[in-house]
Amino acid sequence: MAANSFIYTRRRITNIVALALSMVATLIGLVFLAWILWETLRQGIGALDLKLFTKITAYGEDGGLLNAMVGSLIVNLIGIAIATPIGVLAGTWLAEYASGTKLGESIRFLNDILLSAPSIVLGLFVYTIVVLPTTALTDGSTTFSGWAGGVALALIALPVIVRTSDEMLRLVPSTLREAALSLGIPQWKLTMQILIRAARSGIITGVLLALARISGETAPLLFTAFGNNYLTFNPSDKMSSLPQVIYQYANDPGDGMHAIAWAGAFVVTMFVLLLSLASRLVLSRNKVSHD
Amino acid sequence: MLTSTKYLSRIGTTAVFAAASLFGMSAHATDITGAGSSFVYPVLSKWSAGYAEKTGNKLNYQSVGSGAGVAQIKEGTIDFGATDAPVKAEDLAQYGLGQFPVVVGGIVPVVNIPGIEAGQIKLDGPTLADIFLGKITMWNDPKIAAMNAGVNLPAKKITVVHRSDGSGTSFNFTNYLSKVSNDWATKVKFGTAVEWPTGVGGKGNEGVSQYVKQIIGSIGYVEYAYAVKNKISWVNLKNAAGQVVAPSADAFAAAAATADWASAKDFNVIMTNASGAQAWPITATTWVVMYKKPKNAEHTKVAFEFFKWALENGQKDAASLDYVALPENLVQKIEAYWSTEYKH
Amino acid sequence: MQANVGAVASTLAQEARAHRDARHDRLFGWLLKGCALLVLACLLGAAGATLWGGRHAFGTFGWHFLVSSTWDPSSDTYGALVPVYGTIVTSLIALLIAVPVSFGIALYLSEVAPPWLRTPVSSAIELLAGIPSIIYGMWGLFIFAPFFADHIKPWLTNYLGDKPDDGKLSWVAAHVPFVGKLFGSDYPFGASILTAGIVLAVMIIPFISSVMREVFQTVPSRLKESAYALGSSTWEVSWDIVLPYTRSAVIGGIFLGLGRALGETMAVTFVLGNAMQLSASILDPGASIASTIANQFSEAAGLQKSTLMALAFLLFVVTFFVLLIARWMLRQLAHKEGR
Repeated sequence: MAANSFIYTRRRITNIVALALSMVATLIGLVFLAWILWETLRQGIGALDLKLFTKITAYGEDGGLLNAMVGSLIVNLIGIAIATPIGVLAGTWLAEYASGTKLGESIRFLNDILLSAPSIVLGLFVYTIVVLPTTALTDGSTTFSGWAGGVALALIALPVIVRTSDEMLRLVPSTLREAALSLGIPQWKLTMQILIRAARSGIITGVLLALARISGETAPLLFTAFGNNYLTFNPSDKMSSLPQVIYQYANDPGDGMHAIAWAGAFVVTMFVLLLSLASRLVLSRNKVSHD
Repeated sequence: MLTSTKYLSRIGTTAVFAAASLFGMSAHATDITGAGSSFVYPVLSKWSAGYAEKTGNKLNYQSVGSGAGVAQIKEGTIDFGATDAPVKAEDLAQYGLGQFPVVVGGIVPVVNIPGIEAGQIKLDGPTLADIFLGKITMWNDPKIAAMNAGVNLPAKKITVVHRSDGSGTSFNFTNYLSKVSNDWATKVKFGTAVEWPTGVGGKGNEGVSQYVKQIIGSIGYVEYAYAVKNKISWVNLKNAAGQVVAPSADAFAAAAATADWASAKDFNVIMTNASGAQAWPITATTWVVMYKKPKNAEHTKVAFEFFKWALENGQKDAASLDYVALPENLVQKIEAYWSTEYKH
Repeated sequence: MQANVGAVASTLAQEARAHRDARHDRLFGWLLKGCALLVLACLLGAAGATLWGGRHAFGTFGWHFLVSSTWDPSSDTYGALVPVYGTIVTSLIALLIAVPVSFGIALYLSEVAPPWLRTPVSSAIELLAGIPSIIYGMWGLFIFAPFFADHIKPWLTNYLGDKPDDGKLSWVAAHVPFVGKLFGSDYPFGASILTAGIVLAVMIIPFISSVMREVFQTVPSRLKESAYALGSSTWEVSWDIVLPYTRSAVIGGIFLGLGRALGETMAVTFVLGNAMQLSASILDPGASIASTIANQFSEAAGLQKSTLMALAFLLFVVTFFVLLIARWMLRQLAHKEGR
């Protein structure tokens, strides 16, 4: 009896300590977030005004970030639009068609390596396969472009999306597959309409993580989208991006430029926050249960 | 199913056509493109904005680093490159390129010693080199004290801060050290990046400024504007003429005026350790590199108009950013160079 | 008769449909496989490009490249040891911090937190992934490195290191092997390998914790409920039921974070100190592969440029071996558990 109650007490204490530690872990994460956001806001508050959204970077300290915001939006969109279908389909193949096969295992392994490729190297790779050929084909009238930047970002987003889709699909209970197959539903329909739908929340988390990651990338854009101090909506033109401008301004001696850089960082972060909240709202409205 | 496949393929073709037509639209919104040195980025941006307002011609300059700027002009992806280290004569000849300086600026040693204000410490070239070689390790070293009678030098360890990235600032700084110290010239040599005998590396001028501000007893080197804006104490230097000078626009201009431009082909002169009595010894310039027979003659024409305008009218913008415009006699030499070397 | 015709017709229709389905399945399978092969092509392309770009460096330095710690641009002699070491150690520190913290966050969000708090908190944690790495760098340089130098580093060097300010070795430094060397430093400065590891940890926490939280939610509730019904505590359910059930995906999430840590450039460059010197202390500055490339690429030419590409290729190789070792360890673990 005494031993029993001792074990019981110990288990209870373990439980309480573990759960308390989990709360501490969450607090650690939140403290760092608050710390960083607080600093971006504190240092950038002076530059957070209408000018930031209406004027372009050509005017430096007296300008804003309009062209960089437009550029970032377009280049990120191109990147995600390329990476999402390819990544989800490749992840599906790994999870549904190739589990246990040699080829599947090696692609999964190589995908993990691609995750760690330094982004500047991927940018240089895209420079070689996109920028140099377009330069040659158009005789130098189109060189760096928003398209090339988008392709470089897609290369960074791709392995993140592949990895998450693969994992999420493999967690869909096999009963779902068996039920569908026994009803005579063809595999492609099962995959597209049942499995991907069941794993949707996880796949979207993956896409969001990928988007969050590429929206902060500087190095791969330098030799692909190049940057542009003036406003353009044409992806065949050289395009600016927020991280690139932030990087440039952060290294400038002027305090005004620093403030714009921090304000730009705050804008990028808020953009990611809005996106994440919006997609979560959409998801929770039509939630699919696994049971 | 069939209809949906058809529908999909139609969307596909439309997308391809849309993409093709977008690619076909050549980019005329931005007229000229340049890339390279980060040293000139602020002043080129300011000039570009002023020029665009005046003429409507836009110049898009991005700082990707001097080395990358030269590489890109060779690949033909940009209209001009800008570099802090002059391109060698044989390279210029091989690619059919020409180069000319556009603006002058100074590099200053900066220190963080409690109680020491800007300009309070004086150093000469060999002592500065010994500090960066790690031979002088304490601030109260007799060699430093000998030059600074009356200054209260603490018995504090010296921490050297250098650039971690390859840069034109390092190129000019190490070039100066190899001109004034034999040890430096044989052991470390000069370049955009070298094997630093001691110290920590900060990324960019801003990185070095921050490191110096954070480490008590440190010494680094930054472009003049960063020392001024970050309120870090700079060091006065003894120049080639034996005078102790403080960094200033006039001292940079004096160096540019007394550099030996006349005997140099393609303006291939590194201005450090200039001979003038008032010259600041670590003065630097940036060269613009362009094709003599450009692929896109129209772009190059606009580029020349821009640089002509900037050299003749850009002094005020340059001064507001702590740069110095080129002296008049040098501008005349450059314009003469254009008319003989560039046929347009 | 009539019924027969009907039956034949319907079998025919069924067969036709089966055929069509089979064809579509085949096409679909090819499409998926094509996408997967594209991923393969991307990696091989990128790795091949770096190998090609680095061929001069590999040719010039040979195997010596891997074990040399020289980095001398003015005489064009390079070795990869310092950056390779820095990359591995910073990523390892990042994982050591980030994995337990992420697990705690995921546990809190899926089991402990009141439901109304879960969405906002998990969005907030994910937000850490959306902060541009240059901002981590700026924050690290302006705020965190000075903070580290003032409040954390003195404590570590005095109580754990072999070079304390007052010269008196602490008990730990004197008696536990390696610890003194690990924490000994006389750089009066916040940028170090440990600082970079901590900043990297903060950067990869959202990746690992989001994936963990997401997969924890996929555990069928009857599994958890049965355990609860047997009297298990929340912690026991999480540790003994949820974690083993989702282990493969959890490891996938960790690899996601590891990948980012190994290849991260901007943030690390600002807080690593960028010293091309080999030091046993994690409080001394160091260099990583990605930061070396980012630092030197823009001004590099000739052999130096080739060396940087060779370094990039080495990062692929390092990642390959890190993943290989991780897999081997997992297999050992599974073996031990009798699977």
